[in-house]
Amino acid sequence: MNDQAQLLPGTLDLLILRAVSLGPLHGYGVLLRIGQISGNALFIEQGALYPGLFRLVRQGLLKASWGTSENNRRAKFYELTAAGRKRLREETASWNRLANAIASALSQQPEEA
Amino acid sequence: MNPLSWLRLRISALLRPSQVSAEVDDEIRSHIQHRADDLVRSGLDRPQAERRARVEFGARQKYKEEIHETSAGNFVEVLVKDLRYSLRVLLKSPGFTIAAVLTLALAIGANAVVFAVLNGLFLRPLNVPDGQSLYAIQRGNDNYIIQSYPDYLDLRDRNRSFDALAAYTILQGGLDTGKDPSHVYFYGVSGNYFNALGIQPYLGRLIQPSDERGSNSAPYIVLSYAFWHGQFQDDRAIVGRVVRLNKHPYTIVGVAPPDFHGTLLFFSPDFYAPMVNEQQFFAWADPNARGNRWVFEVLGHLKAGVTPTQAAADLSSIGYYLHQAYPKDDDQSTFSLVRPGLHGNFFAPAMRAFLAGLMVLAGLILLAACANLGTLFAARAADRGREVALRLALGSSRTRILRQLMTEAILISLTGGAAGLVGSVMLLHRLSGWRPFPQFPMNIPVSPDTNVYLVALLLALVSGFLFGIVPVRQVLKTNPYEIVKAGSNARLGHRISVRDVLLVVQIAICAVLVTASLVAVRGLARSTHANFGFDPQNVMLVYTDLQMAGYSDDKVPAMQRRMIDAMQTIPGVTSVGLVSIPPMQMGWAPSDVFTDSTTDLRPANAAATAIEYYISPEYLGTARTTLLMGRNFSPHDDLNAPLVAVVNREFARKILGSEAKAMGGHFRMPDGKRIEIVGIVEDGKYTANLAEDPQPAMFLPFLQHPRSEASLVVRANRELGREGPELASAIRSKLRDLDPGLPAFLQTWNQEMNGALFASRMATMSLGVLGIMGAMLSITGIFGMAAYSVSKRLRELGIRVALGAKRTEVLKAALSRPVKLLAIGSVTGLLLGLLATRVLAFIVYQATPRDPLVLAGVVLAMLLLGLVATWLPAQRALSVNPMMLLREE
Repeated sequence: MNDQAQLLPGTLDLLILRAVSLGPLHGYGVLLRIGQISGNALFIEQGALYPGLFRLVRQGLLKASWGTSENNRRAKFYELTAAGRKRLREETASWNRLANAIASALSQQPEEA
Repeated sequence: MNPLSWLRLRISALLRPSQVSAEVDDEIRSHIQHRADDLVRSGLDRPQAERRARVEFGARQKYKEEIHETSAGNFVEVLVKDLRYSLRVLLKSPGFTIAAVLTLALAIGANAVVFAVLNGLFLRPLNVPDGQSLYAIQRGNDNYIIQSYPDYLDLRDRNRSFDALAAYTILQGGLDTGKDPSHVYFYGVSGNYFNALGIQPYLGRLIQPSDERGSNSAPYIVLSYAFWHGQFQDDRAIVGRVVRLNKHPYTIVGVAPPDFHGTLLFFSPDFYAPMVNEQQFFAWADPNARGNRWVFEVLGHLKAGVTPTQAAADLSSIGYYLHQAYPKDDDQSTFSLVRPGLHGNFFAPAMRAFLAGLMVLAGLILLAACANLGTLFAARAADRGREVALRLALGSSRTRILRQLMTEAILISLTGGAAGLVGSVMLLHRLSGWRPFPQFPMNIPVSPDTNVYLVALLLALVSGFLFGIVPVRQVLKTNPYEIVKAGSNARLGHRISVRDVLLVVQIAICAVLVTASLVAVRGLARSTHANFGFDPQNVMLVYTDLQMAGYSDDKVPAMQRRMIDAMQTIPGVTSVGLVSIPPMQMGWAPSDVFTDSTTDLRPANAAATAIEYYISPEYLGTARTTLLMGRNFSPHDDLNAPLVAVVNREFARKILGSEAKAMGGHFRMPDGKRIEIVGIVEDGKYTANLAEDPQPAMFLPFLQHPRSEASLVVRANRELGREGPELASAIRSKLRDLDPGLPAFLQTWNQEMNGALFASRMATMSLGVLGIMGAMLSITGIFGMAAYSVSKRLRELGIRVALGAKRTEVLKAALSRPVKLLAIGSVTGLLLGLLATRVLAFIVYQATPRDPLVLAGVVLAMLLLGLVATWLPAQRALSVNPMMLLREE
C-alpha cells in the first residue's frame, strides 16, 4: 500500500470515466480496470468508488443498468453516455496540459528560472 | 441527460428514497461478493474471504451517506434535517420568531382578506351554472340598467343573441304566514328566470314561463333556502301552503337550492314572486307603462358562439326600433353587456378602484414586512457568522448552508402565512355573515375559496423567498478563514444606505397612518356627541308601509293618525311623531325646489335640491328638532288648507336669501305647487355622512302629502338599552290591536344610526387596522435595524465598556442611528399626516389637524414604538461583557 500514490482530488471521476470508456463495467470491475490500466500504482479505497459512480450518473455522464456478471451474480453495469465521452475527452486534454506544465516546471534547472 | 428525464428521476427518487437506499445496499453487496469471489480464487475460504472483502470496502456507512448527499433521494431527508435544525434555531430565539411570524401573519392575512373580497365581488362569476357566459344588459348612453317592463318584453322576444333573457326586480312587502306578519324583501322575477339561469328546485317546483298569463295572474312564490330554513324550520310539507303577501293569497310552490342567493351580490331575497304581479306590490304606477322603468336587471346566457359585441349590436338594433316606435318613452339608445350582480356599471368601477387600491396597499405592506424581516435575517446571519464560517471550514458547502437558511425563512413564512390565513378566514366568515343593515336580507359573497388559499400560499412562499434571500450575499462573501481568525468583520457603514432610506419612508408612512387613525378615532368619539339636529337617544323607530296591509288613499293618513294615538297610550312613552323617513336613514330623497318667481320648472332652473320629510305635527317635538321661529304644523294643515312647510336655516338662506325673508315666503315644487314657509328649524345632519356640509331640508305636513310608507318615532322616558325589547313588544301588541295584518320593522334610533354611520365607521376601522399594521411594521423595521447595528458593533461596544464607557455612552453608540432614523421618519410622517387630514375631513366628523390630543397621541405612539423596538437590542448592548467577548474573539 505504501508504494501506491494517493489520488489527487477530482481525479477519481476522470479515472472512472476512462475505465468505463473501454466497455460497460460493474462497480468492482471498474476498480479492477483502474488497477489494471494504472499498473496498480494508485490507492483507491474500494468504497470510495461508489459516491463517484453515483455522482457521474447524476451528472448524466454514465448510465447504469442491472445485469448479470461473469461470476453469474447480479450486478449494476455502468457505461459511458455521449456526454460522458465528451467530458472524458475534455478532461483528458486538460489533464495532459496540466501534467505537462507541472512536469516541465519541475524539470527546469534552477539557474534557468 | 435531458431535463425531463432528470426531473423524472429526481421525482421518482423523491417519492421512493428507501428504494434508492436499498439499491445502494444491493450494489455494495454485489461488490463485496465479487471481491470475495476473487479472494476465494486466490485461496481463502468463503467466510474468511467475505470478511476480508468487507474490511477492504471501507466505511460502508460513510460512503452510503456520501451517495445520499449526491443522489436525488436525499432531498426529503435533507429537508427533514434542515427543518429540524431550523425549528431548533427558531425556538432558541422565540422573540424573533414570534415577531417575524406575527408580522407575516398580519401582512399575509391582510392580503388574503382583500384578495378574497376582490375575488368574491369581481373575479368569481355568479353562483349559477355556467356563470361565465351570463351577462346583464345596460343602456349605453347613461349606463342605466333599469328597464321598463314592455321594453324588457321587446328585448326578450326580439333578440337573437341570448338563450333566454330573464329579468328580476327587488320588492318589499308584508308577508302573513298566520303568525305575526313580517316585512320581507323579495324578487319579482320573470317566468323564465329560473329556467334561463339553469337553477333546479330544492323542493317542489320553481316559477315557470307558463305561470305568466297577464297581470296578477300568478299567485305563486318560491322560497329561498335560508328563508325556508329560518321561517319554516325546514318543513317539507310547506309546498302547497297558502300565505298572504300584502293581503293577497299566494301559494308556496317550492324552495330554491341552498347555494342560490339570487343574482345580485350583497342582497339575497327572502323569496321569489312572479313579476307579472307587480301591481300588488306597487300600486301607485302602472307597471305596464313603457315610460315606467322599474325592472331592476335584465340578464341571460349568451348563445354559444355569440360574442358580447355581437350581442350588443343585436340589442342596439332593437333599441333603434324602440326609439322609432315609441319616441316619447324610449330615447335613442345603444346597449352594452355588463357583468351581472353589481347593478351594471353603477358603482362597480368605484368599488373596483377602491379594492384595487387596497390590494396595492396590502401588497406594499407585505413588501415592507419582507424588507424588515430581511434586515432581521441579515442581523441574525451576522450573529451567526462564526457558526457559518465554522460549518464552511468543516467542509459544508455554501449551497447547503444557504439551503438551511432558506428553509428557516420559508418555515417562518409558511407559519406566518398559515396563521394569517386562519385569521383571515375567520374574519371573512364574520364578514359573510355580517348584517350592517338588519332590515335587509344580505349576502356578502366573500367566503374564501381555493383561489384565496392558493394566493395566500403563493404570497407566503414568495415573501419567505424574498426575505430569505437578503442574507445570501453575506453568506456567499463569508471567508471562513478570515472570520475564524479575526471574528466577524466590524466594518461600519456610515454612509446612507438604501435600507436606511427605506426604513425612514416606512416609519413616515406609519406615522401618517397613526396620525390618520388617531384623527379618525377622535372624529368618531366627537361624533357621538355631535348635534344631529335631532336626538336619537331613547327613541324607537317603527317602520310601516300601509300598502302592505291593503290601505290606500285617504285611509292611509287616518290609519297613521290611529297608530300615533295608540303609541301615545303606552306607559313610559313621552311623545310620538311620524316621519316619512328619519334623517340619516338610507333612502333619503332630495327634491328640486324653485324660487317663487320661477315659471319654467326645469331641473336646470332649480334654486337648490332639498331633502324632503313628510311629518306629523308631533314629529319636531318628538325628535327634539328645535323650532327657531314661526310655527309648527297643526292638525288643520290638511288637504283643505294652503300648502305650508317648515324649513331649516340653510334652506331659508339658500332659496329665500335670509331667515327673515323666508318667514312667510313661498317656494315651488317641481310639480308647480306653491308652498308657504311657516317655520324655521335648526340645521341638522340628513345624509348618512356626519361630515356633510349643511344641506337644505324641508318638512311638509303628512296630511297634505299622504305616503303609505313612514316611520313612527316613539320617544320613551327612559334608557332603551335594556328596556328596548319591552317597549318593542308593547308597540307590537298595540299595532296588532289596530291591524293584525300590518307588518312593522322596529329598531332603536341608535341602532339605525349605526347603519347610517356605517361608511364613516368602516373608514375609521380600516384606518385603525392600517395604523396598527403600520406600527407593527415599524417595530420590526426599527428592531431589525437596531439589532443589526448592535450585533455588528458588539466587539466595539465591548471594548468601549472595557475602556470604561458609561451605560448612556454605550447606548448612544449602539442606538443613535436607528433612533435618528425613527425621529426623521416620525416628524416627516406627522407633517404628512396633518396634511392628509384635509382629505380625511370628507369622511371624518370634524377632522382637524390642530388637535393637541392628536399631536400628543402621535408623538407618544411613535415614542412607544421606538421604545418597544429598541428595547431588546439596547438590553443586549448594555449586557455586553467585554471579557467574554474578547476571549471569544
